[in-house]
Order: sequence, then structure tokens, then C-alpha cells
Amino acid sequence: MAPILLPDGPLAQNQQADAHHAIWELLEAVTDPEIPVVNLREMGILRAVRQGQQGLEVVITPTYSGCPAMGQMEDDVANALSRAGVSARVVTQLAPAWSTDWMTAEGREKLRAYGIAPPVKSACAAAVGAQVVAFAPRKGLAVRDTVACPQCGSENTTEISHFGSTACKALYRCLSCMEPFDYFKPY
Amino acid sequence: MASYQDYLLHLADNALILGQRNAEWCGHGPILEEDLALANNSLDLIGQARLLYQHVATVRKDGKSSEDLLAYFRDVPEFRNYTLLELPHRTAILPTSSGDRDYAVTIARNFLYSALMVQVWGALAASTDAQLAAIASKSLKEVQYHLRHAHDWVLRLGDGTDESNRRTQAAFDYLMPFTQEFWTPSAMETVAVTTGAGVDVKAFKIEWESMVSDTLQAATLKVPASTGFVTTGKQGVHSEHLGFVLAEMQSLARAHPEAVW
Repeated sequence: MAPILLPDGPLAQNQQADAHHAIWELLEAVTDPEIPVVNLREMGILRAVRQGQQGLEVVITPTYSGCPAMGQMEDDVANALSRAGVSARVVTQLAPAWSTDWMTAEGREKLRAYGIAPPVKSACAAAVGAQVVAFAPRKGLAVRDTVACPQCGSENTTEISHFGSTACKALYRCLSCMEPFDYFKPY
Repeated sequence: MASYQDYLLHLADNALILGQRNAEWCGHGPILEEDLALANNSLDLIGQARLLYQHVATVRKDGKSSEDLLAYFRDVPEFRNYTLLELPHRTAILPTSSGDRDYAVTIARNFLYSALMVQVWGALAASTDAQLAAIASKSLKEVQYHLRHAHDWVLRLGDGTDESNRRTQAAFDYLMPFTQEFWTPSAMETVAVTTGAGVDVKAFKIEWESMVSDTLQAATLKVPASTGFVTTGKQGVHSEHLGFVLAEMQSLARAHPEAVW
């Protein structure tokens, strides 16, 4: 890969925009370590490329608090940047909290094609901020979704287990084609 | 002298100790799906604990605190978790810490704790401590799944066979008195509430009791009285069980303090 050359010294605004754009392009190749068909932008994990006080920053946001792939993703981004000769810091930012609503339409389609049913809808779009106290508690339980089978498209599916092969997935079974499948839970 | 850091440690220790306890099921779950469920539950809890410990280390600004130091190099009296969360997965007192585990105790405890934490994290999402608010917003999404999981299993076990009903009832009878600790004020909580960064747990008592009683009734279980001795884990005075948890959890880090991988 040809190195991305950044001129020394302060950049003009259009140069900066070009440099940021080049980094977004470069990071298209960095995929989710556990779901290699989608990249970090499509997952909504890659949040920003920006000019920080100490130079360029690439901002990522963690998915589940305990997701063991986060460290790997941070390393992968840093390696992709350094391989391309870009000097930028990888910043992990918690707020606003990652949501599966940030997954792109193409990302969802790639998940489906890979055999993972994409999240149906926002887990708790309303569950941010103070309003949750009025919204969630009574049955502060995560909602149950109608999930279409990624193999045959049938909505005649049933949940086998709330938790699946990774923190972000539940285990389902299709009652039409009888195949089990992973469901990426709304978060 | 109680401080806001103690409050953050309280939240972190709750998550870490329950995460460590639930991880005991890893490889020993009653069925494969539950083995995975509890491992995922622990992963979330330990992840929450890490974020909170990292926050404490940042707040301390002493240049030596770290998440590892806080998790692995503090002793029993420095831990601020609820006593409820350090108990073994069983109701009867057995001679060793590796006695048989009862999944009903695991589920009942996860239910009682998660039903509280959906409200605590929900309210802390509006904390004046921006980093705590950010951690709370993430933790809320996770604990909603934990609550749903525990809630469904309370129904399934309570309204299941005579045997599962009896054991689940015994689990709630045993654990319920420990929940009194939730509502008992402590100096660190008072400090945190006063600064606006913390929340007053007592405000959630009615809602919590109503969720517990609705669920237990739906599960054909009796709501046990929460009376008797009030435990004091969050103030650093623990049951004898925490020492065993820490011994197992901390031994590797203490044997190889500078180890990296």
C-alpha cells in the first residue's frame, strides 16, 4: 500500500479534509475480528477522524463493556495506520454509548448474507438519559423481537437462548427451515 | 473517611465480584446454553468493572493506580461490594468453598441484583460525573439483558417442577435478607449523592419490590420477608466467603505481579 503522505506543519482546511478522508478510506479495510465480513465503519465502531490537540486522532467506541475483541480492534486500527505511514492516535470514547442503530444498511445486509440475523430495531433508543427511569423499569426487560431467518427469510423463528456465541448475539432457530442461527441483539 | 472514590469502587466491586462468581459456571453450566449465558453475563460485568476501575485510577491521579492494582491488590476490607454478591451459589453451608452449586441461587441473585441495577444505571446515566454517566449508559443496555435472562429463568424454575420450585423458593428465602443492604445508607453513598454524581438507591425501593413481587407471584413463588441481620459488605465488613473469591481471583496476579502477555 502506498503511504499516505501528510505535509509537515499545519494543514490548510481542504488539505486536512483530504487527509481525514484518506484515513477513512484506509480504515475501510479494518474488519471486525469476530465478524470479518463487516468493517468497523459499518459496525458503527469507527466514530471520527479528527484533529486533536496532539495531532490526528481516530475515535472508536466500544461495543459491549466486556467485548474481548475491543483490544484487537484498537490494535488493528493502529497497525493499519502505521503500515500506511500515518501518525495518529487511537482514542477510545465511551459516550455517546455505541448502539446497533449505528450499523449501516450495507453492514446489516453483509451480516445477513454471512448467516447472522441483523438487529431488528433500536434496543433502547429511549434508554439514554434521565427519561429511562420512567421508560424502562416496570418491565425493565429487554424487548423480544420478531427475527427473520437469515437463511430462508421466514419470520417463524424462536429464541433458543438469550446469549449466544459472543456477548452481542442470541441463539435462534428457524421453525421453517429448521436451521439454528445467530441473532445480533439490539444494543 | 468515605469518599466519592469509594462509591465508584462500590459500583466496580459489585460488578467484579458477581462477574467472578458467575464465571464459576464457565465449563460447568447446567446446559450448554446457560454455560454460555453466564459466561457472557460475566464478560459484561467484568467489562463494567474494568471501565469503573480505570475511571477510579484516572480520578486518583496518583500515577500508580490501575485497574489491575484495584482488582488484584486490594484485600477483603477494601472491597465495597454488597455481601449478597460474594455468596457461593448454594443455600446450605458446606464445609468447603467448592461444594455443589445450585443454579437456582445463581438465578435468584442475578434477578435481585439486575432488578436493582436497571434502575441504578438508568439514573446514573444522568450523573454529573460525565465518565460515570457514559459507563452507566452502556451498563444499562447490558443489565437489561441480564434481567430478562434471570427473570425468564425465575418463571421457568418457579413454575416448573416441584423440585425446581422448592429449590428456587429456598434460594429466594435465603437471599432476600441480604437485599436489606441495598437500602441501608452508607457514608460513601451519602457523599456521592450530595455531589450529584451518585444516586440514592432508596428511591428505587418501591419499584424494585414491585418487580420482585410481580415476578415471584407469576412464578408461583412466595415473596419472602427481608428481615434479620443486615449485612455490611459495601462498608468493607464482609462474610467469610469473599476471602475465598479473592484468593482464587487474585492469586495469579500476586504470584507474578509484573507479568504481561
